[in-house]
Amino acid sequence: MEEMLREYLPILVFLAVAIALGVILIVAAVVIAVRNPDPEKVSAYECGFNAFDDARMKFDVRFYLVSILFIIFDLEIAFLFPWAVAFKDVSMVGFWSMMVFLAVLTIGFAYEWKKGALEWE
Amino acid sequence: MSVFAFYLFAIGAIAGGFFTVVSRQPVHSVLWLILAFISSAGLFVLLGAEFVAMLLVIVYVGAVMVLFLFVVMMLDVDFAELKAEMAKYMPLAILIGLVILMQFVMAYGAWQSNAAAETLRTQVIPTDRHNTEALGLILYDQYFLLFQLAGLILLVAMIGAIVLTLRHRTDIKRQSPVAQMMRDPAKAMELRDVKPGQGL
Repeated sequence: MEEMLREYLPILVFLAVAIALGVILIVAAVVIAVRNPDPEKVSAYECGFNAFDDARMKFDVRFYLVSILFIIFDLEIAFLFPWAVAFKDVSMVGFWSMMVFLAVLTIGFAYEWKKGALEWE
Repeated sequence: MSVFAFYLFAIGAIAGGFFTVVSRQPVHSVLWLILAFISSAGLFVLLGAEFVAMLLVIVYVGAVMVLFLFVVMMLDVDFAELKAEMAKYMPLAILIGLVILMQFVMAYGAWQSNAAAETLRTQVIPTDRHNTEALGLILYDQYFLLFQLAGLILLVAMIGAIVLTLRHRTDIKRQSPVAQMMRDPAKAMELRDVKPGQGL
């Protein structure tokens, strides 16, 4: 347990350095940079003309489909991970159960391919 | 050191949750929620549950938050107006919050931990294996059925997402490489004899 946490120490140090660097850069920008704002400078700039409308607008629902499909395959990878780590000791049942799992998801993959869900038109 | 890390991540998680609720911009809310998830991943690492921590980072931060950002950006609603409407339901929300808080307090008051619980808890943790490896050893044969059911649920989610959201547009031209390559050049063009003054 203690040993495992010690292995994670570099990540914690890395995290601390990343946060510190981010804070330093922001603070440095506040302290050092010359700031002389006026309403024209801080207003939204859109290629020289006034902004047409709110930045928030309706997206195409297809972006959503792509990200849902991404999440599903992401979860599939999450299931693959412990299997790969324990692969040396996994039993025959464990091996074939993963093959069945992959086959089921391959059916889904074939379905979405044939449906054209992966195609961007 | 690990106590310091615990407080760091605990404060991160609570602050992330708090600012998720109070921040005015929904996009900022999502970013604070990411902080909360990353902090809880850190807490899981401190508990020794490495795999759960990595799942939290990969699935929640990597995928679910992207989805949340899409939803937040896709919603074409006036959030200022929504906030104003929220004040109307504030008394009810405070009431529900108080009830839940009281339930927590009562549950904590009635909490009694079994003396054997600590030893039972450490019993299931294998000492000679990694967390992830131990999971891999039992998930795929001992819990074969549940694992396959998870696969089927993923399949259903995939098909459901496609059925619900996939719309093919018919008003645009699409590429069909095979048809394009198999096209006969001799038939690609047609010669017509146009009579003067008539056109086609």
